[in-house]
Parts: sequence; structure tokens; C-alpha cells
Amino acid sequence: MNMIRTALVAGVVAVTASMTFSSANAAGDAPHAPEHHWSFSGLFGTYDRAALRRGFEVYNGVCAGCHGLRLVAYRNLMDIGFTEAEVKAIAADVDVPAEPNEEGEIEDRPGIPADKFKSPFANENAARASNGGALPPDLSLIIKARLNGSNYVNGLLTGYKDAPAGEEVPEGMYYNANFSGHLIAMAPPLSDEGVDYADKTKATVKQQAEDVVTFLTWAAQPELEERKRMGIKVILFLLLMTGLLYVVKRRIWADVH
Amino acid sequence: MAQFQKPGWLDNGLVRWVDHRLPIFTFVSHELYEYPTPRNLNYWWNFGSLAGIILVIMIVTGITLAMHYTPHTAMAFDSVERIMRDVNYGWLLRYIHMNGASMFFIVVYIHMFRGLYFGSYKAPREILWILGVVILLLMMATAFMGYVLPWGQMSFWGATVITNLFSAIPLVGDWIVTLLWGGFAVDNPTLNRFYSLHYLMPFVLVGVIVLHIWALHVHGSNNPIGIDTKGEQDVIPFHPYYTVKDMFGLGVFLVFFSLFIFFAPDFLGHPDNYIEANPLATPAHIVPEWYFLPFYAILRAVPANFVGEWATAWMGFVFIEAKLAGVLAMFGSIAVLFVLPWLDRSPVRSSRFRPLYKWFFWIFLIDCLVLGYVGAKPAEGVYIAIGRVATIWYFAHFLVIIPLLAKFEKTKDLPKSISEPVLGGGGGSASAAASKPMEKA
Repeated sequence: MNMIRTALVAGVVAVTASMTFSSANAAGDAPHAPEHHWSFSGLFGTYDRAALRRGFEVYNGVCAGCHGLRLVAYRNLMDIGFTEAEVKAIAADVDVPAEPNEEGEIEDRPGIPADKFKSPFANENAARASNGGALPPDLSLIIKARLNGSNYVNGLLTGYKDAPAGEEVPEGMYYNANFSGHLIAMAPPLSDEGVDYADKTKATVKQQAEDVVTFLTWAAQPELEERKRMGIKVILFLLLMTGLLYVVKRRIWADVH
Repeated sequence: MAQFQKPGWLDNGLVRWVDHRLPIFTFVSHELYEYPTPRNLNYWWNFGSLAGIILVIMIVTGITLAMHYTPHTAMAFDSVERIMRDVNYGWLLRYIHMNGASMFFIVVYIHMFRGLYFGSYKAPREILWILGVVILLLMMATAFMGYVLPWGQMSFWGATVITNLFSAIPLVGDWIVTLLWGGFAVDNPTLNRFYSLHYLMPFVLVGVIVLHIWALHVHGSNNPIGIDTKGEQDVIPFHPYYTVKDMFGLGVFLVFFSLFIFFAPDFLGHPDNYIEANPLATPAHIVPEWYFLPFYAILRAVPANFVGEWATAWMGFVFIEAKLAGVLAMFGSIAVLFVLPWLDRSPVRSSRFRPLYKWFFWIFLIDCLVLGYVGAKPAEGVYIAIGRVATIWYFAHFLVIIPLLAKFEKTKDLPKSISEPVLGGGGGSASAAASKPMEKA
């Protein structure tokens, strides 16, 4: 009786609390992002390695023209299956400012694996000047910085549509069904066959969006696989320990009850 | 009953040598082993020690995080991301610390509602209760300043909103705000002093908790029946009975905690805090952390000019602005807890013997949840009205209902002692629970 009542109370409090959380976070007017099943969702989820690799190709070939990934280093790509030689080649594709030479001049040098991904623009003003006044956000944390981030970005990338009749789309703006207010300054970034996948997967918009979202989710949460693996072990251990403690507790209390 | 034996290690030669000079072993034995505790405590009594353990977890993870964090507006955000990506198990430390703050409040709120339900704040435990409210205030200040450190959008804008509240204080308000900021806006000096204070305050917290436990150990724990212990038959030694019970509770709690750390680490946070602070871009809705939401709702519940007009009408001048009134209401919602032991003069502690108070307790709990819900919503439309009603109820509960109940409520007969079965018509489940130990003993 007592246990049931306690459980009921806990249940009501938990439901109200989670309503509070979701409403606290949903305090925007963004359309609800379409749900999608991801390789990395769920208790045992891991990143689909092939999708990560393709996602990097999409980021590198499409997004990187305007969006940085400044918190991720080229060497991090080795964590998701790129070989050292591949990473060196990817890093060497960009030029970054070197240390001052003996005359004190700063020259460019090819990137090395320890460098962070080079941002496309030198600073915010340069980024805005090249993008009609809009600032393309850095994508390192974009998945965590949006509510329901993976679904949100996926929805955004696949949400470009013709504006409904009667809706005016100003010059330099685009209609996107999944963007708050529906008018977005980013031109539709993905197109069918917009990238040539090395693994010959057919590069539909849907496929590219899924792949790049997987890649960006990894960029935001590189610890996800290790975290979930450790979590399973920790919780199994705790359940066992707690079970044993319960038995010990019952034994010790036997003479009081 | 051979339960109250001193632990064997007190006979060890070295222990006796030290103890003769510094009676620390006697102290531990007295306060942690033999310490007589009511035999009928239920699981709601687990949350005090649980809160203490979380504080230790927070201090340990916090000190480690401080070794890697950089308190500068230009580097703070990136240094946190470095912890998340490059520091060995940095993500684990930070997720424990981040979610630990929420766990701390969950546990402390349960601990407080337990005190409210079973009347633990009543004589002779008033100072114990007051110290608890001081602990809550210190926790709030610490949590608020800690939330600023990652220097995300909510860090910055939350800090701006909350520090600005102090400007409502007449005469010295602006001076206080400048002092909090270390300048004329939330900026690097603000971040630096918040970091310094965020590191300091947990240790102040430890000091007040020592006093809290000291006060507790003078008269011992209250219990679900709320009557004093009357002798050895009513109590059991803290060790091993409550040490093992607390350990079991800790295990259950750690499972709950781990689900957040490992599988939903950002569920309790706000996505905007993964965007670096930008003083030029205000978020659409500035929302505090969930544990502040009820107080945030009270802050926003006071209508513009409400108290101003009231003051005009009754005192002939407008002294109190609406903003100040909101701030006063918010701080008042905690201040009222300080005087609760004197608002509730009912001699009966436990709700089990207070048929009316019991109902009002549950209504009050729901009221607090409603306030939390409203606090998360934008201050518009129906939420304003709900927030005001809930705020009025919050204060009415303490200032009107509790004093009136103390006067007019007809309480049930109290049992003679914890170990004896209840006589007469005492409340159903209460008497059953009370007599349970005897049936089996």
C-alpha cells in the first residue's frame, strides 16, 4: 500500500517534471522535426561507419564551403576509421598560418592532423559579407545546440520546397518547411548526385542528409559510443550491487522487523 | 538488546592511544555507530545522507574540472569543449557534474518536502530546519554561478537577467549590480568572480552542513509518526541498520543518476548553452535551469504596478516598483520558510495525524509543480493568470492555511510510543505502519 502510493506520487511528479522540461525547451515556434531512426540512437546505438565516411565527404564537399567545424581536429577522423595516411592527406589539403619564420613573417603551411578543421572564413564579418549578411554557424556543436538536433538538421536539409501559393519569398531567401518562419537564407545545399560517394552509394538528397547528420552528430558527441558502452557496464554493476545491498539490508534488519 | 555495543576497533591499542589525546574515534563511534536512530524511519529519510554524498561527488568532479577549465570570456566555452573532447574521461567528469547539480536539487527538494510532510521543522528542530534553508540558498547561489561558467548563451543571458534583479533594490541596487558584474555589463570580471565564488561556496556549504548535522544529532531524527523517542525500545543504532539502508538507497539513486549521465546527458540542460555566449544576440526565451523554474514563475507573477498602486493607495507614495515587488516575492518565497516553525503552531508533527494538513500538503506540492510548469512557459496569455493564482496559493499556504490549521484542525490521537501499537481510533495506514515493527519483533 505504502509502496504503491509512493510509486504513484513519484510517477505524477516525474510526468509533470518531464512536461516542464519539454515545454521549457520547446519554447520556440519551430515546426516539429520529423522523426528518424538513427544508427546511434538507443541504448546500444553506435555510429554507422560507412555513413560517417560518406557524411564527411558531404561535409567536406558541400557544407565546408560556408560552415566551419572548428572544435574538431583532423586527427579525430582516425577515431572513426580513417587511416593515418588518409588523415594526413585530408589535412594537407588546406593551408594554415605557420609559426613566424626567422624574419618574423607568418607564412602558410599545409595542415597537419593535429590542426583543427580550418574554418572557411577568417572572421564573422568576412562570413557575413560573403553570405548576404547572414552568418553560417559553425557546425561542431550544431546537433547539441538544437532541440532534437539530429532530426532537426535532417529535417532542415530535406525541408526545401516550393513556397505555397500566395507566400512571398524575398530575394536571397528560400522556403523551408522545417525552418522556424519557413524563410531561410541558406540556399538548398544538397542536390541529387551533388557528391560522388567513394563507396558508390547513390547520392540522393535523403541519403546525403542522413550521412552528414550522422557525421555532425559524431562531431558534436565524439564520446557517444564510449559513453553508452560504459553506461551499460556501470548500470549492470550498479543493479547487481544494489540487489546485493538489498539482500544485506533485509538480513541486517531481520531482527528489527 | 545487544545492539548498542561499541565497535570492536575502539579496543585497538593505537586507536586508544590517539583517542586519549584526540577523541576522534569516540566521536565517530558515538555519532555514526551507536547514534540512536528511530527504528521506524521510512525511505523518505534516505535523502539527507544522499544529498551529502552528492555534494562530495560535486566537489570531487568540480575540483578536477577546475584543473582544465579557463575562466576567460574568450576561452571558457572552448575550454569546456576541450574537456569534453581531449581530456581523458573529461566528458564523464563534466556530465557527472552537470547532471549532479540537477540530482542535488531533486534530492534536496524531496528531503525538504519530507520535512514538510512529517513536521520535521517543529520544536526542537527549528534551527536544524533554518540551517537547511540556508543550505538551499547557498546551493542556489552556487548552482547559478556554476551555470554561468561554460559561457554559453543561457549562461550569459541567465546571468544578465538574474544579476539585473538586484538593481530593483532601492538606493543601493545599482551599486550592488556593478559590484556583481565588476563593471557595467556581464563580462570577463563577472565570469572571474563567479568562478572564484563557485569554487568557494561548496566549502561554505560543507560548513553549514556540519552545523546542520550537529543540530540533527542533538535531538536525533524525527520519524514518520512524529512523536519523540521514549527509550531504547524505540531506537536502533545508526550502524549497521541505517548505514546499510542508506547504501541500498544510494545504489538505487546511482542507477537513476547514471541513466542521465550515460544515456541522456543533455536532457536536463538547454540546447542554447551549446552556443557560445553572444552579448549581441538575445535568445528567444531566456529560461533558467529547471530547479529555479518555480521561483522564476513567482518572480514574473507580480503584475506591473500592482504593488505600486497598492502602496499608493495605502501609503500615499509609490516606493515599490513592480520589478522590486517581483524580486521581493521571489526572495519572500524562500524567506517564508525561515519562519515556518513559528507559523505552524500545531503540536502534532506528522501529517499522519493531521487529516486536513495532509491534504493541503499535497495541494501545496502540486502548486509548486504548477509554478515550475508556468516558469518554463513564456510570460503570456493564460500562463500569467495561472502563475498568479499559484503564487498567491504558495504564500497563502504558509501565511494563512498553516496558521489556521494549527488553530482549528482536529488532529488524530497520537500513539504512546514508536514501539507500542497504536491505541484507539488512530489513523488507518499510520497505525498499521506504526505497529508493524512490533508484530514481527
